[in-house]
Amino acid sequence: MPQRIFVTGYGLISCIGNNIRENLSSLLQSRPGTGVPKQIETSLRDELMVGEVPKSHRELFGLAGLLPVEGYSRNSLLGIIAAQEAAACGRLDSHTGLKTGLISATTVGGMDRCELFYNDFLTNDTRNIYIDSYECADSTEKIASMLGIVDFVTTISTACSSAANALMLGARMIRSGRLDRVLAGGCESLTKFHLNGFNALKILDKAPCKPFDQHRAGINLGEGAAYLVLESEDCLLETGNSPICELAGWGNTCEAFHQTASSPDGLGAYLAMKIALEISGLASRDISYINAHGTGTDNNDLSEGKAIERLFGDRIPMVSSTKPFTGHTTSAAGAMEAIFSIFCLQYQVIWPNLNFNERIHELSFSPVEKLVTMVPVNAVMSNSFGFGGNDTSLIFKKVNANNADNADNAVNE
Amino acid sequence: MLYINGIGIISPQKTMVSREFLPEVMEYTAEYLRCIEPVYRDYIEPIQSRRMSRLIKMGIAAARMSMADAGCTMPDAIITGTGLGSVEDTEKILGEITREEKFLNPTPFIQSTYNTISSQVAIQLKCHNYNSTYVHRTFSFETGLTDAFLHMEEKPDADILAGAIDEMTMNHLVITRRIGQWKMSAVNNLKLLVEKTPGALAGEGAAFFVLGGKRNVSTYAELSDVATCINIRNSFNPEVFIHEFLSRHNLGLQDIDLLLLGINGDSDQDPVYTDFAGKFFPGKSWAWYKHLCGEYHTATGFGLYIASGILKNQVYPEILRLNKVSPAGLKNILVYNHYRNINHSFMLVRG
Repeated sequence: MPQRIFVTGYGLISCIGNNIRENLSSLLQSRPGTGVPKQIETSLRDELMVGEVPKSHRELFGLAGLLPVEGYSRNSLLGIIAAQEAAACGRLDSHTGLKTGLISATTVGGMDRCELFYNDFLTNDTRNIYIDSYECADSTEKIASMLGIVDFVTTISTACSSAANALMLGARMIRSGRLDRVLAGGCESLTKFHLNGFNALKILDKAPCKPFDQHRAGINLGEGAAYLVLESEDCLLETGNSPICELAGWGNTCEAFHQTASSPDGLGAYLAMKIALEISGLASRDISYINAHGTGTDNNDLSEGKAIERLFGDRIPMVSSTKPFTGHTTSAAGAMEAIFSIFCLQYQVIWPNLNFNERIHELSFSPVEKLVTMVPVNAVMSNSFGFGGNDTSLIFKKVNANNADNADNAVNE
Repeated sequence: MLYINGIGIISPQKTMVSREFLPEVMEYTAEYLRCIEPVYRDYIEPIQSRRMSRLIKMGIAAARMSMADAGCTMPDAIITGTGLGSVEDTEKILGEITREEKFLNPTPFIQSTYNTISSQVAIQLKCHNYNSTYVHRTFSFETGLTDAFLHMEEKPDADILAGAIDEMTMNHLVITRRIGQWKMSAVNNLKLLVEKTPGALAGEGAAFFVLGGKRNVSTYAELSDVATCINIRNSFNPEVFIHEFLSRHNLGLQDIDLLLLGINGDSDQDPVYTDFAGKFFPGKSWAWYKHLCGEYHTATGFGLYIASGILKNQVYPEILRLNKVSPAGLKNILVYNHYRNINHSFMLVRG
C-alpha cells in the first residue's frame, strides 16, 4: 500500500482575507474582493477589475511580522505571510528530525519590483538589492530561510497550474519516501507585466468575471498566496497532527494543442481529472464537488465543461468557480482553490459561482449559484489549467470517507 | 536507476554538428559564450519557428535531437528546468511597459512563460503525458531529474524527456554583472583560470536527455542519483552529505574515478569546489567544463553531457583536466555544482 498523504496545515492570503479565517468568512458571506486596482500603479486602472490584496507594500511587511527592509518583492511578502500561517497550523517547527521540503510555485516571480526598477537595473546601481528578485527562486528561498526548511527546496512554474503541480510533486516526494512532510503552494503578485500581457491576449473582463456564463467575457486577474502542509501517514504518528483531509489523487497532463488555448473538447482537462480519479481509487460518483478552473474566458469554460461532461456523464457533481471571489491568482490559484475545496469537506458547504446568469448553450449543466450548506461532501476535485496546456487536477477527501465508499464499491464490483 | 539513452545538445561548442564527443574545442574571447545554433528547419517547421524566440527554438531542437538519438517517439513525461526562461521575450515586454502601457504584441508575453518549451515540445509531439517545468536557479535541471526518478519508480518502463535550457542576453549580463556574477570584461574561455579575478564567464545552452529504466544499445551511461542541497545558515554539511549520498549506492569516496566540478573562473566562488575536492577527493582526477559552455543556471545539463560522453567513449579529453591525475578507470563520475555556496547539487553518473 502506498503511503496516504494528509493535509495538516494551511495558510492563505487573498483579496478576500489575510488569513484562513477571513477567507472562510468572506466565502460564507458570498462577498467577493475584486475591484479597481489601488495598490499597483497601472495606466490600465480604469479598464480593469482585479482581485488585489488591499495592503500596501509596507503593510504587507507588518502582516509578515517583518520590519520593512529593501530587497523584498510583494510576491515574496505574500508568500511569506501565507507560508507562515500554514507552517504554524501544521506545526512545522516541531519534530526537527523529520525530512521537510518546500515546493513553491510562481509565474512571474518578483516582477512587481523588477518592473518598477528595470531602468535602474540597466543604468545604475541604486536598486541592485532587487536584482535577485527577478528570479522565481527568490521568494521560495526567502520562505525557506524564514521557516528553516532545508531538506528539499524547489520552485515550479507551469503557468496557472503551478501551485497544483507543487502540491502534486509534494505528494509524490512523500510517497516515494524522500520526504516526510512538505510545505507546498504558490504565490503571485499583480504586476503590470502580466496585466498587460493578458490584456494583449484580449482575455480580461472589465466587469466582474462570470465563469460558466453564456455571456462570460474573460478573466479578472488576482493576487495572493496559499500553502498547505502535507504529511505522510507515518509522519502523523511523529507529529501527532490531526489531519484536515487527505490528498487522495492527482493528475497532470498536457493538452498539446496550443500555447494559450484549450482544445474544444478539453482532452487535457479530461485526462488530468481521469488520472486523478484513478490514483485516488474513487469512482466519479464519489466526487461531491468540483472547484473548476473556471477562469471566465470563452475558451476555458467551454473546454473544461466539455471535459467534465465527458468524465462524469449524466452524474455531474456540483461545480463552481471561486474566481469571481478572488480573481485568477495564476500561480497561487492551485493552492488557494485547493484550500477552498478543503473548506467544503470541513464545513459541508459548496461555494457559489458568483455572477452566473445563463447556462453556456453547448453545456448540459450550470454551476452552483448560491451557497449550499449542510450538504454531504466527502470528496472534492480542484482543477488548475495553464498556458501551454499544462492541466492538473487534484482530489481531496475526508480522512475517514473511504470506508463507506469502499463498501459501496465492493457491492458494485 | 535511470539510463541516459539519448542526448541532444546545443551549446557554445560544436556539439550539434557531430555525434562525435567534443569534436573541436571552440575558443572565444567574449563577454559571454553564445550557442552555436543548428539549422532549425531540420527540427521545426519554418512556419512554426518564424515567431519563436531563440531559446524556444534551441529547446525544441535539442529535444528533437535527443529523441532521434534515443529512437524515442513519445515520451511518458516531458520535464524541463530553466533558471530564467526566455529572457529575450521578458526583456521585450519590460522594455515596452516601462515606457508606456499600450497594447503589447502578445507573442513575447506568451513565450515569456517559463513552461513554454516543455509545452511547445508537447505540442510538436502531440504528447498528452505528464509535463512540468522547474525554475529554481541551479536546482532547476536537478529537480527535473528528481522528478524523472519519481516517474521511473512509479512506472518502470517510462521514457522521460528531461531538458535544461537557459539563454543569456547583453541586457541581462549588464544587470546581473552589477551583483558580481560576471567578469567585468571579455575574457578568453580557454584561459579562464589564469587571471583569478572575481566573476564567472557567462554562457547558455540547451541540453535534453531521454532517460529510461532500461539499458539499451544507445545507452551512454547510468544516472544513479541526483541531489539538491540548500545551504541556509550552514544547513549543508558536505561531510555528512557525501558519505550518505555515496553509501546509498554502496560506494565510498575511493570509488569515485573522476570528480567533475562546476568551476567557472570566479575567484570568489571556485574555492568552494577546490576545498571540497581537496578534502574528500585528494589524489583523484578533477575535471571541469564551464570554460566550454560558460556559467548559467542549467549548465549542469552540459555537465551531464560531458560525464556521459566520457563514460560512453571511455576517453578523458585533455581539455577537461584540472589536475594531472589520470584516473585508474572511467566508471564512476561525481558531478558537483554550487551557486553562491547556497545551492549545492550532485549527480552520480556511472558507466
